Amino acid sequence: MSDAFARLDRRARGLLARVRGRNLVIGIPYLWLLLFFVVPFLIVFKISFSEVRLAMPPYAPLFEQAADGSRMVAIFNLGNYGYLLTDSLYFSTFLYSLKVAAVSTLLCLLIGYPMAYAIARARESTRNLLLMLIMLPFWTSFLLRVYAWVGLLKTDGVINNALLAAGLIDQPLSLLYTDFAVYVGIVYSYLPFMILPLYSNLEKHDLTLLEAAADLGARPVTTFLRVTLPLSLPGVVAGCLLVFIPAVGEYVIPSLLGRSDQLMIGRVLSDEFFANRDWPVASAVAIVLLVVLLAPIMLFQRYQNRELEAARR
Amino acid sequence: MAEKQVDRTREYVRIESVTKRFGDFVAVDQVSLSIYKGEIFCLLGGSGCGKTTLLRMLAGFEMPTSGRILIDGQDMASIPPYERPVNMMFQSYALFPHMTVERNVAFGLEQEGLPKAETAQRVAEMLDIVQLGAFAHRKPHQLSGGQRQRVALARALVKRPKLLLLDEPLGALDKKLREQTQFELINLQEKLGVTFIVVTHDQEEAMTLATRIGVMNKGQIVQVGTPTDIYEFPSSRFVADFIGSVNLFEGRLVDDEPDHVRIRCGELEAPVFVSHGISAAPDAEVCVAIRPEKILMSRTPPASGENRAQGVVIEIAYMGDVSVYLVRLDGGRVVRVTAPNVERHAEDRIVWDERVHLAWHPSSPVVLTN
Repeated sequence: MSDAFARLDRRARGLLARVRGRNLVIGIPYLWLLLFFVVPFLIVFKISFSEVRLAMPPYAPLFEQAADGSRMVAIFNLGNYGYLLTDSLYFSTFLYSLKVAAVSTLLCLLIGYPMAYAIARARESTRNLLLMLIMLPFWTSFLLRVYAWVGLLKTDGVINNALLAAGLIDQPLSLLYTDFAVYVGIVYSYLPFMILPLYSNLEKHDLTLLEAAADLGARPVTTFLRVTLPLSLPGVVAGCLLVFIPAVGEYVIPSLLGRSDQLMIGRVLSDEFFANRDWPVASAVAIVLLVVLLAPIMLFQRYQNRELEAARR
Repeated sequence: MAEKQVDRTREYVRIESVTKRFGDFVAVDQVSLSIYKGEIFCLLGGSGCGKTTLLRMLAGFEMPTSGRILIDGQDMASIPPYERPVNMMFQSYALFPHMTVERNVAFGLEQEGLPKAETAQRVAEMLDIVQLGAFAHRKPHQLSGGQRQRVALARALVKRPKLLLLDEPLGALDKKLREQTQFELINLQEKLGVTFIVVTHDQEEAMTLATRIGVMNKGQIVQVGTPTDIYEFPSSRFVADFIGSVNLFEGRLVDDEPDHVRIRCGELEAPVFVSHGISAAPDAEVCVAIRPEKILMSRTPPASGENRAQGVVIEIAYMGDVSVYLVRLDGGRVVRVTAPNVERHAEDRIVWDERVHLAWHPSSPVVLTN
């Protein structure tokens, strides 16, 4: 009897130790997220309900003593959110940012899918070289690479000069400070984030499935649409979100290459914080941006879970 | 399995001196073969012998470097896989993981542009035949190996192909399921009248399934024949050795008559007497092959002065239905003998280190001249 208890005890203690070890491993990233995401988020969330004030810090405290000094009163000021709704600037920049991000994501997908497919089907020896080439731009600073596009796109830039010299145009095209330049910048910068998840998905595909489809009478296009594409959907979703989410809040690219009459939300956010010093409105913008982006992030998670499940099989 | 008669007037597949090279490597070397309607033809050989490459050329996944393949009289050279009247069952089954069993089976019919109702009906029929009706809405990963195998078979057969190619169809199944499935395959083949070409490395599988077997070695077909032909009348040392086990003795022809021959083997004390004539030059170097189950073992010496040997039992392996004995002859050569375990408790069973006499019938040895 005591023997059985001893065994049970040992097993329980072993389980406890294992659980503790696991908790520690999972705990570190959770702690990181708590410190550097949840806490700042809560602070920003709090500020978004405050009133702006010319002071240090530049917003009113959320809790104040009541006039009679007897108790604390919480003052929730929804005015900042109301302001976002009434001033059409915010609505139109949000819409514009979403449009730019969506179009860029689509362009990245259209350009990135064939590239990822080609790399995944290349010979194993060339595959690594091609992947290296995709990642090569990361060796240079992001800012520098975007700046380089100014030199390429400006009125007397490389592209215009080349076209003029070739006699294809009579006068320089205005490429810089347009939507086109923003798309070029975003697609160029974020293409690797589309290609890499797509590649890692496509590379795992079982090629006998394509032979099976052909054997059953499917032409190559049908095989692609009914076998390859559906199976690569998790990679498509992952790539799209990795491009879409940062593209919505993109600050540098539209600032350097974009129109001056149409800002993107990232720029508005930074202007509110640093130029206007209106922290509460800036916080409200940040919160709304986060909520807007939460939908695709949750979608991403669902797909990730599904892929994890598929991998576990 | 009783051997079926092959109707040799209805040739369906014709392979004309087909060669396939991958760089310097010759995977398939000058293979010519005719396969007839309603056959189960097995391509049998070890790994890397070219059997799968040959099958893939029939399906259209590889193109022959030279030679021609005709199916139903039509040259397949310019016909892509998706237009061939052929379906294949893949070794890995290659089921579409994102589709249910039903969608997998329907896939081929959808490519033909059949009306939805007819597709659904034919899929349902086929799933009934392979007894998977209840699993129509499962995904492949929710099925067992045997069930997946049947889905793969259903998916290939639902197109009603005239020719079905099967690449190691039973390889992934365990032994019991395999035997059962073998007979199911034969029944299905008879019911549907499809011609089967099966690739396998498993000689037992080939023996039970096939009407004819083509043994392959190093890219070449070395012998084509019924399972009995291949087993009892192997045409070369390779085939004799590859199919089942065999005792091979090198020897020299000493007596060559139309109705019998005598062969002296260095490793056997007595000459080997064979009760049929062979075509070889007198005095030729030949090889005598004797199957282990055709050698009789006893404690008393045989009456005949020929077709005999004696030695000591050095190893006994009990297999259940039979026992395998290794006997070291006095000359040093080890011979393999199998004997059925007829009795449950044989009192005087031959044991280790016992001295035994071996004998065989004059019709048993096969003389290989090459």
